[in-house]
Amino acid sequence: MSNCPTCEIAIAVPADAVEGEILACTGCDAELEVIQLDPPSLCLAPEMDEDWGE
Amino acid sequence: MRIAFLASRVRAEEKLLLEAYAARGVDVLRVDPRRIDLRVDSLRGGAEWDDVAVVHDRSISFATSAHLVEALESRGMNCVNTSRVIRTCGDKMRTSLALARAAVPQPHTRVAFSPEQALEILEHELGYPAVIKPTVGSWGRMVARLNDRDAAEAVLEDRAVLGNWTHRTIYLQQLVDKPGRDIRAFVIGEQVIAAIHRHSEHWVTNTARGATTSNCSLSLDLVEIASAAAKAVGGGILAVDLVEDPQQGLLVLEVNHGMEFRNSIEATGVDIAAEMADFVLAQAGMLVGGGVR
Repeated sequence: MSNCPTCEIAIAVPADAVEGEILACTGCDAELEVIQLDPPSLCLAPEMDEDWGE
Repeated sequence: MRIAFLASRVRAEEKLLLEAYAARGVDVLRVDPRRIDLRVDSLRGGAEWDDVAVVHDRSISFATSAHLVEALESRGMNCVNTSRVIRTCGDKMRTSLALARAAVPQPHTRVAFSPEQALEILEHELGYPAVIKPTVGSWGRMVARLNDRDAAEAVLEDRAVLGNWTHRTIYLQQLVDKPGRDIRAFVIGEQVIAAIHRHSEHWVTNTARGATTSNCSLSLDLVEIASAAAKAVGGGILAVDLVEDPQQGLLVLEVNHGMEFRNSIEATGVDIAAEMADFVLAQAGMLVGGGVR
């Protein structure tokens, strides 16, 4: 478990999560990035940049 | 030997690719470009790259992809896609020029370098409605429909005042009267492996903007044009976006070097991640006789 850095709700990080994976906060819908697995740690995902895409 | 997998933001696509490599027993060096310290004053050093046979780039940033892959290529590394392909696909004007050189059909497209000249082109060449697109960008961001001169003047002034330097290159295109859908063809190497229709009530049919997907059968025309478009930009792992024009037939809108495909697997029944992984491994000679060497 970790906590959303925005609304602080507890977030269950899936067992198969990988660093860099994006999760949606179940409390506030914020996009969160998994920055560490052991112990699980989340930060707000970076905002979309102008050169992001396919 | 192992592969290097470049990704900062791990989306559904990157997870599927990592799973495909794991299923093949491939040793993967995951590299987050945000944490890389790459010497460019020397081509030596960086021992962690020594046993990397091939680099699979899945960076979400065009600037990161283009620069990082070019730096790795300078060290003699084999990268998918290549920096040349990334630079061509990441810039719509370069894509148009590459398609034109290969005589691949595309919508009528003009480029201007001032708002005044852009208006001239719209008034006397393209007509209305037309589309203005940033040369760099994706997911339909800042693509605008210009229905008349008033709309064109407003958008051009906004871009001139509020836009960044990339908006100084004004990329204008005929608006194709498409039948509520467009086509995305997935091309890996020389093979078109699958295609989808992207349906939307909106004139922008990106899945990032809510379009839904269904399978698109691979007609001879589609295969021929999608293959030619992929080859025109340099080949590799590519998604070719096309529209069906009532008069001109299939036209290529753009070619994507960092394609998203999560919504296309179920629609097409094709394991796109597996096809991508096998192609990357084959580039390094790591895929022999259906298995990993």
